[in-house]
Amino acid sequence: MKSFENLLPKLVIAPSFVLGFAFIYGLMIWNGVLSLTGSRMLPNYETFVGLEQYVQLWSMDRWYVALKNLGIFSALYVGGSMLVGMVLAIFLDQKIRAEGWLRTIYLYPMALSFIVTGTAWKWILNPSDGLQKLMHDLGWTTFNFDWLVQSDYAIYCVVIAGIWQSAGFAMALFLAGLRGIDDSIIKAAQIDGASLPLIYWRIILPILRPVVFSTILVLSHLSIKSFDLVMALTAGGPGYATDVPATFMYTMSFTRGQIGLGAASATMMLATVAAIVVPYLYSELRSKPHDR
Amino acid sequence: MTAKSLTFGRVFTYGLLLVAALFFLAPLYVMVVTSLKDADQIRNGNLLSLPTSLNLESWALAWSSACTGVDCRGLKPYFMNSVFMAVPAVLISTAWGAINGYVLSMWKFRGSEVLFGFLLFGVFMPFQVVLLPMSQVLGWLGLSSSIAGLVLVHCLAGMAGTTLFFRNYYTAVPRELVNAARIDGAGFWRIFWRIVLPMSTPIMMVTLIWQFTNIWNDFLFGVAFSGADSKPVTVGLNNMANTTSSVKNYNVDMAAAIIAGLPTMLVYVLAGQYFVKGLTAGAVKG
Repeated sequence: MKSFENLLPKLVIAPSFVLGFAFIYGLMIWNGVLSLTGSRMLPNYETFVGLEQYVQLWSMDRWYVALKNLGIFSALYVGGSMLVGMVLAIFLDQKIRAEGWLRTIYLYPMALSFIVTGTAWKWILNPSDGLQKLMHDLGWTTFNFDWLVQSDYAIYCVVIAGIWQSAGFAMALFLAGLRGIDDSIIKAAQIDGASLPLIYWRIILPILRPVVFSTILVLSHLSIKSFDLVMALTAGGPGYATDVPATFMYTMSFTRGQIGLGAASATMMLATVAAIVVPYLYSELRSKPHDR
Repeated sequence: MTAKSLTFGRVFTYGLLLVAALFFLAPLYVMVVTSLKDADQIRNGNLLSLPTSLNLESWALAWSSACTGVDCRGLKPYFMNSVFMAVPAVLISTAWGAINGYVLSMWKFRGSEVLFGFLLFGVFMPFQVVLLPMSQVLGWLGLSSSIAGLVLVHCLAGMAGTTLFFRNYYTAVPRELVNAARIDGAGFWRIFWRIVLPMSTPIMMVTLIWQFTNIWNDFLFGVAFSGADSKPVTVGLNNMANTTSSVKNYNVDMAAAIIAGLPTMLVYVLAGQYFVKGLTAGAVKG
């Protein structure tokens, strides 16, 4: 009976690991296998083509467009959300009245689906009746805003909506970090005659470095996975001007009947996320005391 | 810095925070006023103009009779699909995470930390990798295009995250509590039911809300694995808003978007502090 009691926790957790690893790593490998086949409409494991799908992927103009958009979107989305979030967090940390209300307002977009907010932004940014008309009505008659239908600019609409959605999240993380800092540090520096901006730049920000790092990590892996927002706002259009890897993967796999190619692009996404996340997970788990 | 007088810095601080609040609220305001206008008012007014008369027709249309292609049943069937998908998936994945977290914090064994580390990658991985193989698995299980299939996928995809939540929470529980119970002869399940579970309310709330928000808002699995009768509300909304009909009914689109966002919005307003804890817990410590 005693040995059964010792075995019980392992028996309970075993199915979780089996199913979890099958889902995560089993399907990962399976997807890798698919990417080595010539599968079109349906998975076909008899047509082994080696790395041909990857060669084709990296010769496609559309894939490069997707990568370029991902680069633009990631840089501006991560940078913009962090900047807005940091400013809001610092200003909110000045013993503000109604702080709770403001925090709730800044963070509510995070509770909504990207499809919901994307639908709203699509209406706001639509070229004729949206923002442009509002500005005309307000008297700025030369205001012209049709980015959403311009191939070169539509991706920036996705950026605007993305930052709007995620800045509050960065704010919440930074604010939690700021609250962990001892007030006496600021007081001491003020007595030494340092100005408040200088204190934030030289003292507070360096202390917040770990929070900044994990925020960058979370936001950048979200940006690589971003799919819903693009689908709702532009559906990858005009043409494929706002395609990102996630929409590329979906289009190839589920509407174009290019399953092998879709699997190859999914592998590339996996490799990118892993390159960012694995070192982070490794250091997080290593630096922690294993037993208390 | 208490009881500060009205300095320039103070005014600037409040000014900036208020402008930011308006920026965040503007899309919500636009959604609500647009949904209350009729087509004429939309054509004659602008984004910010108030409706001249209250018009709830687009809400009724969005709910029960707006068309997506030839299907004119509104958002209602999709909304109900989401309910039937989210409720079991949230409950199962949360319970599953609680048990896993219990074992991985209080019954650690050789290698359990490493195994947990490998499981953690499931929180971050791009789910694009599982789409193609999983649709084949669902086919073999006879769950293609079904709500049950979506529930299964959400449970598997969410388990790593829920396990992380509970494990981190239980790790902070004093070991003595469990040890004392063990000495008294309480077994694995008894300790779980009698000691651990009763003190899990806060993390239970965080996880339930986190999972509900994620699963309700999911689009990727919904669009990849659902069929005509199992599309969740996000897919229904997206199809409705992107349908290429002759006239664009923005008022109906906005009403539909609000309806689709209402459940998670309500949860956020009622239990916001748990939601924020979930957001930060996922990011700050692994």
